[in-house]
Amino acid sequence: MPSPVIEIRDLHTHIVTRWGTIRAVDGVSFSVGEGETLGLVGESGSGKSMTCLSVVRLIPRPAARITRGAVLLDGEDLVPKSEREMQRIRGRKIAMILQDPMSSLNPVFSVGMQVREPVALYHGLRGRRLTARAAALLGSVRIPSPEARLRAFPFQMSGGMRQRVVGAMAIAAPPRLLIADEPTTSLDLTIQAQYLGLLQELQSRHRLAMIFITHNLGIVSRICDRVAVMYAGRIVETGPVRQIFKSPAHPYTQALLESIPRLGDRRERLTAIEGQPPDLARLPGGCAFAPRCPYVMDRCRAEAPPQLAVAPGQVSACWRHASA
Amino acid sequence: MIRFILSRLVQSLAALAILSVVVFVLARTTGDPLHMILPMSATAEDYANARQYLGLDRPYIEQYFSFVGKALTGDFGTSLRARRPVMELIQERLPNSIRLAVFAMGVSLAFAFPLGILAAVWKGTNLDRTAQVIAVLGQSLPTFWVAIVLVEFVAGRLQWLPAGGISGWSSYVLPGFTLGWFVVAGLMRLLRSGMLEVLDSEYVKLARVKGVVEHRVIWLHALRNALVPVVTFAGIYFSILVTTAIVVETVFAWPGLGRLAYDGISSRDFPVIQAVVLTTAAIVAVVNLGVDCLYALIDPRIRYAR
Amino acid sequence: MAIDPGTAERAAGGLAVPERDVTAAAARRRRLPLLPLAIIGVFVLVAILAPVLSPADPLSQSLRNRFKPPVWMEGGSTAHLLGTDRLGRDILSRIIWGSRVSLAAGVVTVLIASAFGAAVGLVAGYYGGRTDAALMRITDATMSFPVILLALILAVTVGPSFTNVVVAIAVILWARYARVIRGQVLTLMSLDFIAQARIAGAGAWRIITRHLLPNTLNTLVVLVTLQVGYVIIVEASLSFLGAGIPPPTPAWGSMIAEGREFVTSAWWASAIPGLAILAVVLAFNLLGDWLRDTLDPKLRQL
Repeated sequence: MPSPVIEIRDLHTHIVTRWGTIRAVDGVSFSVGEGETLGLVGESGSGKSMTCLSVVRLIPRPAARITRGAVLLDGEDLVPKSEREMQRIRGRKIAMILQDPMSSLNPVFSVGMQVREPVALYHGLRGRRLTARAAALLGSVRIPSPEARLRAFPFQMSGGMRQRVVGAMAIAAPPRLLIADEPTTSLDLTIQAQYLGLLQELQSRHRLAMIFITHNLGIVSRICDRVAVMYAGRIVETGPVRQIFKSPAHPYTQALLESIPRLGDRRERLTAIEGQPPDLARLPGGCAFAPRCPYVMDRCRAEAPPQLAVAPGQVSACWRHASA
Repeated sequence: MIRFILSRLVQSLAALAILSVVVFVLARTTGDPLHMILPMSATAEDYANARQYLGLDRPYIEQYFSFVGKALTGDFGTSLRARRPVMELIQERLPNSIRLAVFAMGVSLAFAFPLGILAAVWKGTNLDRTAQVIAVLGQSLPTFWVAIVLVEFVAGRLQWLPAGGISGWSSYVLPGFTLGWFVVAGLMRLLRSGMLEVLDSEYVKLARVKGVVEHRVIWLHALRNALVPVVTFAGIYFSILVTTAIVVETVFAWPGLGRLAYDGISSRDFPVIQAVVLTTAAIVAVVNLGVDCLYALIDPRIRYAR
Repeated sequence: MAIDPGTAERAAGGLAVPERDVTAAAARRRRLPLLPLAIIGVFVLVAILAPVLSPADPLSQSLRNRFKPPVWMEGGSTAHLLGTDRLGRDILSRIIWGSRVSLAAGVVTVLIASAFGAAVGLVAGYYGGRTDAALMRITDATMSFPVILLALILAVTVGPSFTNVVVAIAVILWARYARVIRGQVLTLMSLDFIAQARIAGAGAWRIITRHLLPNTLNTLVVLVTLQVGYVIIVEASLSFLGAGIPPPTPAWGSMIAEGREFVTSAWWASAIPGLAILAVVLAFNLLGDWLRDTLDPKLRQL
């Protein structure tokens, strides 16, 4: 198997607040290869965004710190790099699309200026060649009349179109890894489908590794190859999408899938997960999901389970899968 | 854009018109100027003659319109006290006030911008704390007190700078500093709070994600968005500087508009009072217009919304 | 208290700015600003109890006792804790009595200006259209009139007095309130609950008083507190110029004017009233800042 584009090994990010130290990312490991899409799923607060922000080192310093672990981009560890070096990596090697298109573009600058900026930065182009390349980028994300659009301002565009512009900026380099943080959550349903299609096209054209953060399992089944489920800053299950959906191993994954109402279901009540999400500043020793788990055993409360193999390519952090 | 400027222009003129009426009425309520001009021994006949000569016996409406008519051609009449055309007096004094205001404004901006921006970027550090202290003090210290203290110590005891009057560059420093002190405070706070808000925004996050260098993120991407309220207040402060420099002009014996107004009011010199107030209002209106145009330049949403 | 993960992520997620003091800032916001409140409290008490607290008659002159220094300096005495001024009057007493003038001027002026200004703002924002445009033109014209000039004119025509100071300042200050409140009302008007009130048959008066006004109170409170300091300084400036409270009533501004020429020799005559002004205005400003941070942080620009 070719080496992965991005590999995260036992990453820990802690945030110091007045309520205590929050272990926002608590031992996360996964990898994504070229042309592959990994879905990162979990409730809000599970650590999905923080993990990705840790990858590009845009965590609020000095309150937040990566305390342990490695982030290997094409084999090179990013954690010990200086801020200057990270600035050269952001955008060029790793790009990100943020959630809300209405606020991710700077309102006082033209779209053209904001698209030209990364192109000039990464490729050193100027003048007419710069403008031509910027227009071409807009064209590649299916924006009609790109030259005219360069002169427009964000407030003159719809949400879907703005998100395409953000997409254009993201592939300006093009990067090795694209992280999309819930890019379609704020878009209309019909636009969502188009946008997902666009992302897939961009990915195959540039051979991007993609991490897709979402809480929407429907989207995961559509465009992700593999999925990693996060809970309380840890990854509880990873595996190919088909497999996980068919036979989820971890109780949390099972509960998530159960809670999605399906057409034809004859239930009177929706299934919710018992209990509350945990306080990240006061995580219990042992498995984080233990308080809410229907299969909880004594061992779960005492020791945190490691990633245990369940099936080919599928791992789950649950003591039920331990052979002993 | 043109339509925008034109509409603002019309609004300013309307405001000026209202003001001219108010001014006219007010000036006349200051009392009878003749008491101040004519000697004690003047007879009733002298009063009648003087009144007629100065046109003070005509009906008010007539006086008003002749005032407006002449004002539009730049003729503000003759100072009752100084016996010189008011326009001349204004032409002598106005530039001094403007120069002082511009100097004070310039110095204030030079201090306020870096301090305010860096206080936001380095929030919580000593620089930030110092900046906040300066800001609060600047808005709590009475200007004239600072002026007096400065005159006594820096000009009197230490003899570093002149105590008053205009005598070259150095004489701008003390009055300029006194005037600008509270402007620095106000603008710096605005910049700091504006920048704090902007630095928290999604588009700044995205700029960083794109790999844009940090100083460009701050000085280009962030600052532009924080500028609009700053520009508003800069305009207001400039107007305040020009129009209420009376106190500073008094302490530093600065021959500007403020002194002219003060003398004019004390001697019930209608033409001077009217002219000063109108000039002041005109300056304010021009500055506001300039500010509005600056907005449109900074923020494209304002340009297109009109 | 368990923090929910949402808060944690929000606390950390959006920011990529070096945030040194997440904790202290939040803590500061909750604590009452004790020092400013104490200072204001002291001055209010002093102002109210002036006849009782004042050690001497603020008006009694004694040319023999001119420019006695404060008690901690050589030549000072406990008879005049803060020294005496140009005419031998006890400075401490004059400061105490002067606090009445300053505080009264500040509070009364601001209350009048805010009441009137808020009313105008509410009406302009509610009715919109031509009413709004007309009212805003008047407001703009008013705002551009220099306060001190107006006060001078009044002082010269009608003679300087407390009432004139209040009137002169209030007549121009209201415009600021009108502008700000109108802005708020415009935002509120676009919200659904106003439309619903209308549909339910509420008339203008009811909507304005029961729906709009309560929602602008936060802004009003902050603005009022912040403006008191400004008014006190203006009143002092006017007294300094001789257009404010007429002598012999003690006013901090005129005290500074009187001590002006003696700043190096008898510095206390000007310095002490200056410090008094500074203390009171600073206290109001700090209190106003705290109120703003607590009630309505969006008012940052004020």
